[in-house]
Amino acid sequence: MRLSRAAGRRWVAGVPTFWLLLLFLIPFLIVFRISFSEVRLAIPPYTPLLTWHHSWWPSIELHGSAYSFLFTDSLYVSSYLYSVKVAAISTLLCLLIGYPMAYAIARSSPSSRSVLLMLIVLPFWTSFLLRVYAWIGLLKNNGVINNVLMYLGVIHHPLVMLQTDFAVYIGIVYSYLPFMILPLYANLEKHDPALLEAAADLGARPFRAFLRVTLPQSLAGIVAGSLLVFIPAVGEYVIPTLLGRTDQLMIGRVLSDEFFENRDWPVASAVAILILLLLVIPIMLFQRMQRRELEAAQ
Amino acid sequence: MKSRGLFTRVALVLGLIFLYAPILSMVIFSFNNSRLVTVWDAVNSPTLKWYGVLMHNSQILGAAWLSIRIALVSATGAVILGTLAGMALARYGAFRGRMLLAGMTTAPIVMPEVITGLSLLLLFVALEQLIGWPHGVGAVTITLAHITFCMAYVTVVVQSRLTGFDESLEEAAMDLGARPVKVFFRITLPLILPAIASGWLLAFTLSWDDLVITQFVAGPGSSTLPMVIFSKVRFGVTPDINALATIMVLVVATGIAISTIWMRYREKRRERDLRLAAASNP
Amino acid sequence: MPAIDSAQAYARIAGVTKKFGDFAAVDNVSLDIRRGEIFCLLGGSGSGKTTLLRMLAGFETPTSGTIHIDGADMSTTPPYERPVNMMFQSYALFPHMSVERNVAFGLEQEGVSRERAKRQVAEILDMVKMGGFGARKPHQLSGGQRQRVALARALVKKPKLLLLDEPLAALDKKLREHTQFELISIQQRMGVTFIVVTHDQEEAMTLGTRLGVMNQGRIVQVGSPSDIYESPSNRFVADFIGSVNMFEGQVLQGGTDAVRIDCAELRGTVRAERTVACANGATVWTAIRPEKIGISRQQPGGADPAENLVRGTVREIAYMGDMSIYLVQIDSGKMMRVTLPNTMRGRERPIVREESVWLSWHGSSPVVLTE
Repeated sequence: MRLSRAAGRRWVAGVPTFWLLLLFLIPFLIVFRISFSEVRLAIPPYTPLLTWHHSWWPSIELHGSAYSFLFTDSLYVSSYLYSVKVAAISTLLCLLIGYPMAYAIARSSPSSRSVLLMLIVLPFWTSFLLRVYAWIGLLKNNGVINNVLMYLGVIHHPLVMLQTDFAVYIGIVYSYLPFMILPLYANLEKHDPALLEAAADLGARPFRAFLRVTLPQSLAGIVAGSLLVFIPAVGEYVIPTLLGRTDQLMIGRVLSDEFFENRDWPVASAVAILILLLLVIPIMLFQRMQRRELEAAQ
Repeated sequence: MKSRGLFTRVALVLGLIFLYAPILSMVIFSFNNSRLVTVWDAVNSPTLKWYGVLMHNSQILGAAWLSIRIALVSATGAVILGTLAGMALARYGAFRGRMLLAGMTTAPIVMPEVITGLSLLLLFVALEQLIGWPHGVGAVTITLAHITFCMAYVTVVVQSRLTGFDESLEEAAMDLGARPVKVFFRITLPLILPAIASGWLLAFTLSWDDLVITQFVAGPGSSTLPMVIFSKVRFGVTPDINALATIMVLVVATGIAISTIWMRYREKRRERDLRLAAASNP
Repeated sequence: MPAIDSAQAYARIAGVTKKFGDFAAVDNVSLDIRRGEIFCLLGGSGSGKTTLLRMLAGFETPTSGTIHIDGADMSTTPPYERPVNMMFQSYALFPHMSVERNVAFGLEQEGVSRERAKRQVAEILDMVKMGGFGARKPHQLSGGQRQRVALARALVKKPKLLLLDEPLAALDKKLREHTQFELISIQQRMGVTFIVVTHDQEEAMTLGTRLGVMNQGRIVQVGSPSDIYESPSNRFVADFIGSVNMFEGQVLQGGTDAVRIDCAELRGTVRAERTVACANGATVWTAIRPEKIGISRQQPGGADPAENLVRGTVREIAYMGDMSIYLVQIDSGKMMRVTLPNTMRGRERPIVREESVWLSWHGSSPVVLTE
């Protein structure tokens, strides 16, 4: 048996495409469809996707009730906005912490660079869940940080840190920092140091040279890193559940609760669709950058 | 000039402390005797008590075993599919459906996990209604879900390796009489093997670590290790989890140490080879 | 030394066009390659020479036209079934295989027995003077050694055509010269027909039995190296190969033994002892190589003062060691390039900058070009 070259190529591209169509794209269409269904007490708990009314051709009944429900209860709107706020602030914090770190790595000697990069990536290889869990022990009222501060006499009553916005920021920045540093480093590492020397030679002080030369050139890295933090942070579930407030939920938690606690699949689907609507522009932006990056490498 | 170098360097050190302090605290408190996880019992510590407790926790051990099996199968499946996708994207130029495939391989990387999880479960439910398969959710559906989101990462790793690959190597093999399938197994595969191996490790880790997507597509009796940990830590801190974390850190650190030593060795050999090449000029 | 069979085309490229979208990388090329020759395809980047080579190897299929090798139509034959091998510009040695395994790879695909393959590999490695290096990996070799291994790997299959893509481009200048002659001697011993792609005219001149100059997807001239240098058939070739002084002019008087051309830029007449089919009054170009021009302080005697003679001022002198280049501004303002070999050490009174000089040339030197 011999495959022709064209047939071989069809298989190579076709198998993963088929897989992702079935397990990635079609599922979204189903989510979209169910978000327009109504909840009912049955298994599965939503009105059928297709109905046959005395005809050969199935008809599709659309209900907007899930969406109108989302806008009548302020819980959904407020957690939606809260998620955007948390994700935006965490992204900014990641950038402020990650940029100097990436810069320092890019400017260090080639031999120490690989070691430093490994140190940045290493925590990623240990369990994400356990690393978030570690912060509970640090931030609790009788946790390590409070104990140390009280022992040193800096404070006399424990600071309430767990179950606050602060804890969520810490958790997100901590978990997603490598995703900010790596694209920034990849960008900064390519910069020609002669450009800064040229700027200095032309009379620019270091900080000014940084603002006018390095920063504009690293914009692509900043955008890529920010997207890699912002997009997953909006839908973050584990971190706010373990570290965050109980009176203000993030939208990912709301989705999960609607699904598991209330068994209202149409509303959960509608929430998913609204999160996607918010993220569709950042995701497409990220894909375009990713593509351009790979094409530049080619 | 000097002061800025100092500022970024200090930032780097503080950042690394920030990254490692929580892990270190877990390791330290795993040897603490007290039940009050964060209060150091100086009299009876350090102790291996919690490691003993962990070793007798059949729920955690069972979940870990399930997680390992799922991760092994998922990583292997993801590597096969991801390598195919990476080949197609890096090599076939502008083929029909390229945009579709490229989009579907990068999207899962940034997609919020709750959405991926929800959509996969709804697919499995709809499939079961439609064709009677899968029968409920469990290890099979978890594995299918893991393969799907892991292959996206493998695709990126393989694709970027292939874009830095000298295509004339494959042409040369073909020119010397090897058919395309043979070219793949004799030339392409051996050369991208390191990328495939790191893709596999990445996929294994992601699968082993995943909680959110798994929660959606898991059924009763198919609790993975992250699910068990989550349900434990959600309702209070338990010291044996510290012990578990320490073991996991130890495993990762050992793996990294071995690979570092191996890479050092390879680099040394490479340097020697380069000297050899320079000495044998022309 | 193999006899070059000039009557019969060994490889025949007939009306081959290759389009990428709307762009024709190779545009209706027809070419006959003779058995046993070294044919050099010479052209700048984007001239289509590499695309043509890749079509011969089978990596690209022609949009139209046919390729025959030794009488067999190759148009639909995949690369792995063609009696053709290629030496890649990057050498494309398989980094995970030793030198021996690299060279044996092609034989393995043919199903040659292990012992025979081993013997053949040893022979060919000896021939390229890489006998003791069989166990090494490619990265343990220097650039020149890699080049020989790549050559051995392609030659060991005894192809009907050996295609060489910029074979010397990756080597430094000294090594390049040495390797050129080695390539020729190996080619003559093996009797394989070579097709060499290069952008380096010196390389093409040294290596090639014949040259094909390519521009914008077309073959603009085919001939021996001296044909192409001394008798370029158009302005592109004259300008591309070596350097040249070119003047536009009108034919004053055609003839069987000489053509006289009135050149406004020279403020004089060029007499070329060539027969060119052209009508009186037609616009033509005359090209004179810099080394075929004499330079002197006094007006050279004996010559007709109105012909093949021009006055100018030396503006720049570049001393190159073996020769010197003079840039002379003639009275019309145009710059002319003249080269003189430095045959004697410490000339008594060398010509210096800003000196006014006479430039003259023999009637056999100018080439008349109609296109």
